[in-house]
Amino acid sequence: MTTDIKADMKADTHLLDVRGLTINLPPGADRPFAVEDLTFTLDHGEILCVVGESGSGKSMTAHAVMGLLPKAVKVSAGGIRHQGTDVLSLPERDQRALRGGRISMIFQEPMTALNPLMRVGDQIDEVLRYHTTLSRAARRARVVELLASVGLPDPDHLRRSYPFRLSGGQRQRVMIAMALAVEPDILIADEPTTALDVTTQKQILELIREVQAKRRMGVMFITHDFGVVAEIAHRVAVMQKGKLVEIGPASEVLNRPKHPYTRQLIAAVPHLIEHREDFTRERKPVLTAEGVNKTFHIGGSMFRPGRTVVAGNNLSLTIHEGETVGLVGESGSGKSTLGRSIVGLIKPDSGKILFEGVDLLSLSRPAFRPYRRHVQMVFQDPYASLNPRHTVGDIITQGPVAFGEDRKRALDKAKDLLKLVGLDASAADRFPHEFSGGQRQRISIARALALEPKLLIADEPVSALDVSVQAQVLDLLEDLRHRLNLSMLFITHDLRVAAQICDTIAVMQKGSIVEIGPAREVFGNPQHAYTRQLLDAIPGKGWTLPEDVVPASRRHAPVRNSA
Amino acid sequence: MTAAVITPSRKGSGFWAAFARNKGAVIGLVFLTLVILMAVFADLLFPTSPWDMTTIPFQPPLSEDALLGSDTLGRDIASGIAHGARVSLLIGLTSTAVAVLIGVLLGAVAGFYGGRVDDAVMRFTELFQTIPNFVLAVVLVAIFTPSLASIVLAIAIVSWPPLARLARGEFMSLRSREFVQAAVTTGQSNLTIIWRQILPNSLSPIIVSASLMVATAILLESSLSFLGLGDPNLMSWGYMVGAARTVIRQAWWMSFFPGIAILLTVLALNLVGEGLNDALNPKLARKGRA
Repeated sequence: MTTDIKADMKADTHLLDVRGLTINLPPGADRPFAVEDLTFTLDHGEILCVVGESGSGKSMTAHAVMGLLPKAVKVSAGGIRHQGTDVLSLPERDQRALRGGRISMIFQEPMTALNPLMRVGDQIDEVLRYHTTLSRAARRARVVELLASVGLPDPDHLRRSYPFRLSGGQRQRVMIAMALAVEPDILIADEPTTALDVTTQKQILELIREVQAKRRMGVMFITHDFGVVAEIAHRVAVMQKGKLVEIGPASEVLNRPKHPYTRQLIAAVPHLIEHREDFTRERKPVLTAEGVNKTFHIGGSMFRPGRTVVAGNNLSLTIHEGETVGLVGESGSGKSTLGRSIVGLIKPDSGKILFEGVDLLSLSRPAFRPYRRHVQMVFQDPYASLNPRHTVGDIITQGPVAFGEDRKRALDKAKDLLKLVGLDASAADRFPHEFSGGQRQRISIARALALEPKLLIADEPVSALDVSVQAQVLDLLEDLRHRLNLSMLFITHDLRVAAQICDTIAVMQKGSIVEIGPAREVFGNPQHAYTRQLLDAIPGKGWTLPEDVVPASRRHAPVRNSA
Repeated sequence: MTAAVITPSRKGSGFWAAFARNKGAVIGLVFLTLVILMAVFADLLFPTSPWDMTTIPFQPPLSEDALLGSDTLGRDIASGIAHGARVSLLIGLTSTAVAVLIGVLLGAVAGFYGGRVDDAVMRFTELFQTIPNFVLAVVLVAIFTPSLASIVLAIAIVSWPPLARLARGEFMSLRSREFVQAAVTTGQSNLTIIWRQILPNSLSPIIVSASLMVATAILLESSLSFLGLGDPNLMSWGYMVGAARTVIRQAWWMSFFPGIAILLTVLALNLVGEGLNDALNPKLARKGRA
């Protein structure tokens, strides 16, 4: 839906009018302004997507509109007008009435945005109590109506539930219901679907579009994902380092991007349609999983049985030499459990994991140790996976040193590895906190490669990264696996990413592999209903990259399947 | 999504800046330094033994040869305080060091290995926690006869359990962190992981509570000496308060000055501990970055 909806009210008072907005950052930050000379408008019935990478100032803008800026940052120039009134000069009392009354906001993390100790109905009721004069009974009826309007089942019952009983998607619906409670005319959505699974994301996007059309609200939708933009935006504003670099109708920005930064961002968007050559499974299998089962028992005690979660149900999988197998599925489907079982971080209940014919699960701890060399892992969160107290050189050499290599030789090798992953050799003397997320992930890859593994388990290695950085890290992995003849198990929730890098795709749902096959077949002709559902939920699938923008992943494509 | 994340993970200028932001902590540190200097130079300041009778008994403060007065036997109170600082600090520091050693060792093992090891260690810890601290210390000192070593040991034995619990909690949460799992997958031994990966990251809260524990240890030693369970060869603040308690109505200064010494030293240690907490755990700091 990328058609323009013209605001019927063509007057010069816009619903929201931001002019020359400049927000200062406290001294000592990495740049003087969070947002610099920002000008845009938002009208009734319009969805404006604000796109940018982390630190581009998009959230700061939203917080300024809501009057929620942290104390240390100040608006130093420009103004924000809501239907003609200057929001910034209003006294705190009127600002409070405005926020929550005329302007509502939904947040990225539905898990933390709701008060865990209050029933969801009471939380919505609270909004009504502050902003309306409705009676108790009328408020209750309104809560039920609101919960029903965001598509929650059995609203009368759900109203009395605590947030922990609801799923992430349901909580985000409750957040939306709360935001809609007093019929605001502006809804600010700060990455509302980033923390959600792809199928849930689709539903939430549909819901936002539906309520916005019905109530003719203006929606300011903050996102980093151009797929999401293609799904719902009427107009798009692209921000880079606090500055607005491009703004225009969605069809213009998406299909004929002008600014180089916009083009770069669009080029980095992973695209489903990748014309990979089919992988030839001639070479011998490196790793075979046979009938792996794992059930987690959560909670419970001697007297009371806990909850059980089946994370692995008869999982079987083969990874050949040089092959990249993608394990895709939503959160909680058991993808990571399988990955962690292979590197020996989790012990499955039953089954076999054969590495070059040896069952790793039957080995004792000391007997398993030599195999650790051959199977290495790259972790998801580059901020948690590097020890903050060790230098990068230490971090990379610890593995080889543990296997008896001379420290000095290991350090020389670590420097070569740093160059291999695209960092400077001098990085070895520095600490992890001096690096950005993408650089840290490169360090993490270098650490895994230091042991010269045959198989690399990559557990969501790019999902914590910005889209342009994501493309670079994927490029690196793709390049390395050909250069070093690595086999890889690539775990991801993002089908677009899987499509770029995987030869074979295994789709997991609730602990079972429901479909497995060559990437081209799984994406081109999905057999299982769940696979089709996942593919259907990919945001922006109706949008094809503009022809003059070359996808980043194809720009310097390495030779594929070279021996 | 918002701007720069500041990570003061290394000690250095950032550490001192954060510490200095807490005014109380700086005052505490200055006072503590004075006490330490006083203890170190006690022999120079007061060359005669604090046990020697140097003047007439019951001299009030500010008299000619006794600045803070003299006690029932004519011993100089000021000299007693200076020499007593040695005992108090020595016992406070060494007993805390021993307690940290026991506590961190047991806590680390329990937190790292979990399961049955954890159960066993924690039940053992609870055994100590259920016995009132002071009573146990009194019993231990009484059994081993009062001496510097037995007092240090007794205080250490009653103070390690909270440290063990703290270390266990830290180890448990760090154990599941990705960098520890990465260390496992790169084949590092458990000992290396405990020593090099987890311990350095869990030290901040341990240092903070150890600094507070020094204060508790000084109090415990004073209480023991007050009851006459101190080392009979060493002058200590607790002993001075205890010895003067019978004449408190006639000669307030005899128990007042050693009492003030205990109070201020313990207060200084607590202030320093709080400052360390602000500096080492910036995320938990009450008055952190604006």
